[in-house]
Amino acid sequence: MNLHFASPDVGARTLEIVNEMKALEGPLLPILHEVQAEFGYIPQEALPVIARALNLSRAEVHGVVTFYHDYRDHPTGRHVLKLCRAEACQSMGGMALEDKVKKLLGIDFHQTTLDGAVTLEPVYCLGLCSTAPAAMLDGEVHGRLDDTAIAELVAGVRL
Amino acid sequence: MSLIHEIDFGTPASRAEKMVTLTIDGNEITVPEGTSIMRASMEAGIKVPKLCATDMVDAFGSCRLCLVEIEGRNGTPASCTTPVAPGITVHTQTNRLKDIRKGVMELYISDHPLDCLTCAANGDCELQDMAGAVGLRDVRYGYEGDNHVKARNNGDINAQWMPKDESNPYFTYDPSKCIVCSRCVRACEEVQGTFALTIEGRGFGSRVSPGMHENFLESECVSCGACVQACPTATLTEKSVIEIGQPEHSVVTTCAYCGVGCSFKAEMRGEELVRMVPWKDGQANRGHSCVKGRFAYGYSTHKERILNPMIREKITDPWREVSWEEAFAHTASEFRRIQYQYGRESIGGITSSRCTNEETYLVQKLIRAGFGNNNVDTCARVCHSPTGYGLGATFGTSAGTQNFDSVEHTDVVIIIGANPTDGHPVFASRLKKRLRQGAKLIVVDPRRTDMVSSPHIKASHHLPLKPGTNVAVMTALAHVIVTEGLADEQFIRERCDWSEFEDWAAFVSQPEHSPEAIEAFSGVPAEEIRGAARLFATGGNGAIYYGLGVTEHSQGSTTVIAIANLAMVTGNIGRPGVGVNPLRGQNNVQGACDMGSFPHELPGYRHVSDDATRETFEKLWGVTISNEPGLRIPNMLDAAVDGSFKGIYIQGEDILQSDPDTKHVQAGLAAMECVVVQDLFLNETANYAHVFLPGSTFLEKDGTFTNAERRINRVRRVMTPRNGLADWEVTQKLAQTMGLNWNYTHPSQIMDEIAATTPSFAMVSYDYLEKMGSVQWPCNEKAPLGSPIMHIDGFVRGKGKFIRTEYVATDEKTGPRFPLLLTTGRVLSQYNVGAQTRRTDNVVWHEEDRLEIHPHDAEVRGVRDGDWVRLSSRSGDTTLRALITDRVATGVVYTTFHHPTTQANVITTDFSDWATNCPEYKVTAVQISPSNGPSQWQVEYEEQARHSRRIAGKMEAAE
Repeated sequence: MNLHFASPDVGARTLEIVNEMKALEGPLLPILHEVQAEFGYIPQEALPVIARALNLSRAEVHGVVTFYHDYRDHPTGRHVLKLCRAEACQSMGGMALEDKVKKLLGIDFHQTTLDGAVTLEPVYCLGLCSTAPAAMLDGEVHGRLDDTAIAELVAGVRL
Repeated sequence: MSLIHEIDFGTPASRAEKMVTLTIDGNEITVPEGTSIMRASMEAGIKVPKLCATDMVDAFGSCRLCLVEIEGRNGTPASCTTPVAPGITVHTQTNRLKDIRKGVMELYISDHPLDCLTCAANGDCELQDMAGAVGLRDVRYGYEGDNHVKARNNGDINAQWMPKDESNPYFTYDPSKCIVCSRCVRACEEVQGTFALTIEGRGFGSRVSPGMHENFLESECVSCGACVQACPTATLTEKSVIEIGQPEHSVVTTCAYCGVGCSFKAEMRGEELVRMVPWKDGQANRGHSCVKGRFAYGYSTHKERILNPMIREKITDPWREVSWEEAFAHTASEFRRIQYQYGRESIGGITSSRCTNEETYLVQKLIRAGFGNNNVDTCARVCHSPTGYGLGATFGTSAGTQNFDSVEHTDVVIIIGANPTDGHPVFASRLKKRLRQGAKLIVVDPRRTDMVSSPHIKASHHLPLKPGTNVAVMTALAHVIVTEGLADEQFIRERCDWSEFEDWAAFVSQPEHSPEAIEAFSGVPAEEIRGAARLFATGGNGAIYYGLGVTEHSQGSTTVIAIANLAMVTGNIGRPGVGVNPLRGQNNVQGACDMGSFPHELPGYRHVSDDATRETFEKLWGVTISNEPGLRIPNMLDAAVDGSFKGIYIQGEDILQSDPDTKHVQAGLAAMECVVVQDLFLNETANYAHVFLPGSTFLEKDGTFTNAERRINRVRRVMTPRNGLADWEVTQKLAQTMGLNWNYTHPSQIMDEIAATTPSFAMVSYDYLEKMGSVQWPCNEKAPLGSPIMHIDGFVRGKGKFIRTEYVATDEKTGPRFPLLLTTGRVLSQYNVGAQTRRTDNVVWHEEDRLEIHPHDAEVRGVRDGDWVRLSSRSGDTTLRALITDRVATGVVYTTFHHPTTQANVITTDFSDWATNCPEYKVTAVQISPSNGPSQWQVEYEEQARHSRRIAGKMEAAE
């Protein structure tokens, strides 16, 4: 479900964030991170506000937002689980792990469970090749995952 | 005749002076340091295959087609991003390069449709050319899997595919043909400076996106056409090319819109205009264009254009179509009758800033030699006449001091009363480019224009003055410079009259001219004025650009003088990057002034009382010229109301819509017995005309236009006049019918006569213009190549003259009944009274005039965005819809005057400049109240206009 209703203060709150951070050198990426932290994603209505305040065009801000996978244009579930799909993880059984997780959650990559609990995303790569296969849950990394470990993670987020 | 193909060198020219010699494919070539290998090759005539490079934008290095091998270096560097180095040996074609290029091309083509035969770019496609150049014979990959080409993949919806965007009226965006070379994105950023385009996504998903994945029309795009020009494929294509096909020949000519005077290639198929493409060698525009010049030429074939002469006895009668002969005979006999009955001074004429120099010259010649009086004026009266007065008095000549290239050397720019992104867009793009390189900007304007703040542009100082206080603010800037010891004493001592300077310096130093003293009534914070003055005086090369926000005031001439003072006191005259630059509104307003259109001046700004000048013309024309100045436009109208002025010949001007105090103009015209209007359309003035002579467009005649930088550009005929005669022929036939012995067979002969009689044009001829491309006057023995920059070693008048600029508030004051100040301006997509642009698809951007009002002023009057409001002044009232915005300050409202139904000039008063009668359009005290529709006056006006436009035997045009 990608339906969302932006709260009316997106513009005002975004402007506050921009004003706090625009003195930084190269402020656009940190501002976008902060906006995403605030709203859980980057609402489209925030872009013109950021553009105007930074003397950029809407197009430029849109170009940056769409370039990075980490910036989202819609809200995620309450948790985000990212599975590493890079070479090392794949060679250590990552593909099987992927299937397992998808079955447990009943969703594919880029989807969110119907109860809104968790969004599943692929990632390339977490830099944890030595402890492959690896995953990241809400920003926290987990290595040497097997069926049991991943089931525990999944069970944790479904609560 | 054939199609002009301009060489694309791939990357911009280097400006370095140091030269470097290298060998490319066995040819030794010497180029400036910093030149790319690609450009150096092209200069030697060697075309390196390329897709993402074009010389209008900087090198990017993304297409991987222009690779070369350099002896002694590893790999295959891209020739567009690799600069030349002394002594290197470059190979542009080796077996290794051939293989790489073929492989790259194969990948491009694997995601590109193969519908070349039915593609609009067929015959003008660089992708096609490159496929040919690299010898692509086979594509092994097919369209299975991911692609952007097909709407459906094996019956499934292809999410990567995007439909064609046809929202822009002039060009289409077909993402399926895009090779993501980024040329359009870079053209929008580097050339136009709007930043409306981006590449969204990444990798294979990368697509060109206007705005935030919007369509072109809704995005920030201003439709300048730079992206269309940059596109190597059919992705961005003019709709006219899609409709007609590729052009087969082209003719270089000059745009007939604003005073920038852009050069275009009119690309033709037979006599049909396929498209207008900005010409790279155009010395005013350097290959750039705006939406008007590039696309808005459809008016020339609009159904409302009048193609047959018409006459009528009374303005309440319907028009009757007649032959040219009858129209000329009728006009000549009417003019002669009126002169016989009411005296020689009872008729006059108005020359047009839209017509060519040659045509303007003929009209004033007809009036001076045929009518026997000096009753000639021109629309410059209502725009830049104060420039003529002010710059004439201080510098000695009535024109801008620089060429447009000068902006590339500017460090600090002051813009006063001008909105270049809307009024002079191509100049604005060149200025923005310089600002992005680090030049500083000061904007003096009641509105927060796009120059104050827009993507990558931020004015260092914005002085949002109250309309009407220009002189006070300019004098305050001078106060700071003089009292803080920032004046350029050496320059002043060398170039200017020192005692006049001392007098002026003492004047501006008086405490009542300090920023603090004027803050209360100008509304500009004193610190901003001080900061701006310090920046301008110390920031390096300082240039001042100004527009009608300076001249159209009761103190317009004084402000121009204040601007000249400011340039002199800071030593900013006589070299590149500095100067005083009026931004001329119309294509040939400079030329119209040069050609003797004013009642007191013969061609070349020589007063009619000057015996020697008069003698030159008297000898040539075989007549006696009056040594008394004739009537100005407002005087003609006054005299008409008084009953002493009865006939007028108006070429290409709509005084009823463009001149102030519409009701007075109406009364003046209605009181005349023979009003002759020569125009493309039945304009508003024609509602009061007795004779209508159909005009020709700039596409249908030869001639010259002189732009704001004094550049004389050729206008070339690309099609037969649809009305049968070019405008100069119409004037000539009228003159002949009135008994004058004129026998010009080509406009070049008229230019020869101008050159023979006018010293500043002495060397100008069509042959010379053919050779030089264009020249800037003065062009004579002293300056055979023309004069890009004036006053280099000294002012034209000798010593620069400082003149006191006492601020006198206008009589037009706000009060309890009219508490708001109205000021007027224009928008990008429309031009002047809109007679042309309203008859093109440009109306999608501006279909009506709106009243800009600050949220606070709107709220207290209960006005919401989009509401109809009544706008009333001491002169009259009209209604239009409100646009609520904080671009205007509280207490100030703003509108445009592009649409006749709004008639903003019903509101404006008859106050005018003290020196030149230039009307005070920019300040009117008004009141706003909610309204529920058009005013009574508007309804009556509509009815009268509809009634007046009837043509006998023709159905009334459906509205």
